[in-house]
Amino acid sequence: MKQEKTPEQRQYEQKVNEMMPKSRTGFQCIKAFISGGIICCIGQLISDVGSLMFTFTEKSRGAFTSIVLIFLGMLLTGIGVYDKIGKFSGAGSIVPITGFANSIVAPAMEYKREGYILGVGANMFKLAGPVLVYGIASSVLVGLIYCIIYALGGKA
Amino acid sequence: MSSFTDYIWVFVVGGLICVVGQLLLSYTRLTSARILVLFVTLGVVLSAIGVYEPLEELGKAGATVPLTGFGHSLAQGAIEGAKNEGILGAFTGGVKATAGGIAAAVVFGYLASVFFTPKTKK
Amino acid sequence: MNSNRVGKQSVIFHTAPRILTSAAIAGDMEGEGPIGTYFDMILEDDTWGEDSWEKAERKMYIETVKIACDKAKCDYRKLDCLLGGDLLNQIISANFAARDLGTPYLGLYGACSTMSESLLCCAMLTDGGYLTQSACIAGSHFSTAERQFRFPLELGSQNTATAQRTVTGTGCAIVVSGDNEQKSSEQNSRIYNTVHIVGGTIGKVVDMGITDSNNMGAAMAPAAVSTFTGLLADFNKTADDFDLIVTGDLGRLGGTLFCDMCAELGVDVRNKYLDCGNIVFAESQKVDCGGSGCGCSAVTLCGYLLKRMEEGDFKNAVFMATGALLSPTSTFQGESIPGIAHAIILERR
Repeated sequence: MKQEKTPEQRQYEQKVNEMMPKSRTGFQCIKAFISGGIICCIGQLISDVGSLMFTFTEKSRGAFTSIVLIFLGMLLTGIGVYDKIGKFSGAGSIVPITGFANSIVAPAMEYKREGYILGVGANMFKLAGPVLVYGIASSVLVGLIYCIIYALGGKA
Repeated sequence: MSSFTDYIWVFVVGGLICVVGQLLLSYTRLTSARILVLFVTLGVVLSAIGVYEPLEELGKAGATVPLTGFGHSLAQGAIEGAKNEGILGAFTGGVKATAGGIAAAVVFGYLASVFFTPKTKK
Repeated sequence: MNSNRVGKQSVIFHTAPRILTSAAIAGDMEGEGPIGTYFDMILEDDTWGEDSWEKAERKMYIETVKIACDKAKCDYRKLDCLLGGDLLNQIISANFAARDLGTPYLGLYGACSTMSESLLCCAMLTDGGYLTQSACIAGSHFSTAERQFRFPLELGSQNTATAQRTVTGTGCAIVVSGDNEQKSSEQNSRIYNTVHIVGGTIGKVVDMGITDSNNMGAAMAPAAVSTFTGLLADFNKTADDFDLIVTGDLGRLGGTLFCDMCAELGVDVRNKYLDCGNIVFAESQKVDCGGSGCGCSAVTLCGYLLKRMEEGDFKNAVFMATGALLSPTSTFQGESIPGIAHAIILERR
């Protein structure tokens, strides 16, 4: 477990924080806003174009959009462009679902050299695994809570 | 088809969600994996208490494309499952609703590892 | 006995082992940097025709030893010993390179401080008469270090402003006993006639509680201060007695912290201080806080500083490579980052 810091260590930490070069957060937020906005607009465009081409229910349209975006995220990661986008956009390209795709594809490619089973297979979800663990677990929890609500007669 | 105003809302909502992520990234020094976990869980919670749905109506893809939207789909699926099939539905609903995205990520991730080789950063 | 010990943590070499020659291979970004023209070889492609970066790193190791031996006009198979290490788990690059070279080998791990650790150990063994001609080597590779310590390369993540870039490069120095008579009178000779290792200080592990693995400079700076002040006390010298004080890879932030902490202790190093991380990359190359890794101090010393010293640009120098003794496991478990620095004193004789 974490050890308690000594007064000397605290003092040093303070000194380091004072001298640390500052990231330009304000400017970076603007970059994240613009790139995140653009990715979402591309998502909307995919959804709109998809609706013109196929007949979708509300749900299948969402799934279609996700799949296409994940494909694009994969492609851009594969050809070595997504890491450059990420360097510019910061959270703007991490938070959208393309960033989720990137966090799966990047380790998958990287661990190819350790083989396809224990390399790619085992490490593909090294970064994105926690997202599924926490996302799915919390959704089941929510489902169970709603079960109780419905059982108590709150049939809304 | 969406109008131009719709697209502006998509841009603004999507952009703002990313800015929240950026602020967390810059000020808390959380790694990107932690941010993603936080966002998906946040999406599930906001969806469960009914806050995310109005946001989705306003922002459309701006609310569904960020990872909070993935959490939203998970939660809505689980709630619907609970309503129709009870406890079993609570377990299956979330993954059912997001199965397309998860399967796509697995398949495309694998394909990428077959066809592409990582390059070094400059 | 014990006549070679000085003070609490230092050693003196009465026979003054000599650095006969040195060689450095570096990656393309390092080649474009301020000292790029000094390297013996610059890789255009960082896989160097191999099918993994780990193999490329190993190849760099082997080739650097061969180039250095070539310069020294000796057969690498006749080296008494190879001392070195790298950053990868179980120092595989150095181990596998030693397998392929077939020389007697002592593997060392001092994280990024490996270059001075190997020179210090080698000088002690040479001074004691156990070795007569051996090679000291350290190196790192950006891509292998990145995937071991940080994230996959294609991940779209951003660096924090304190992050440093691991140097792709290996440096090798051939150390011979002080009475070795192989000298060269040719102009622009690739053999050094005058560079001797006269002493050294074994560093202590210092931990000032830094936990951010993107801020290695700050984690290692206190160790450098501890070693340097230890050295001054043991040898009863002041900073004025040295022409140049070099740290390994503290980078811009760590370097400033080092000078600042020294100044607080009444030691002024500002006008003779140099950090390898700051000169291996130019600020315009956008590497945030400079270079890091074993290779950083190794290529700077073996490629650049020793040549400058042989040319007579400075008479004596303290070389302290600094290491951050962390592992991915210790970082995940929330441990702070201990730092270490070993010093050697180089002198023209």
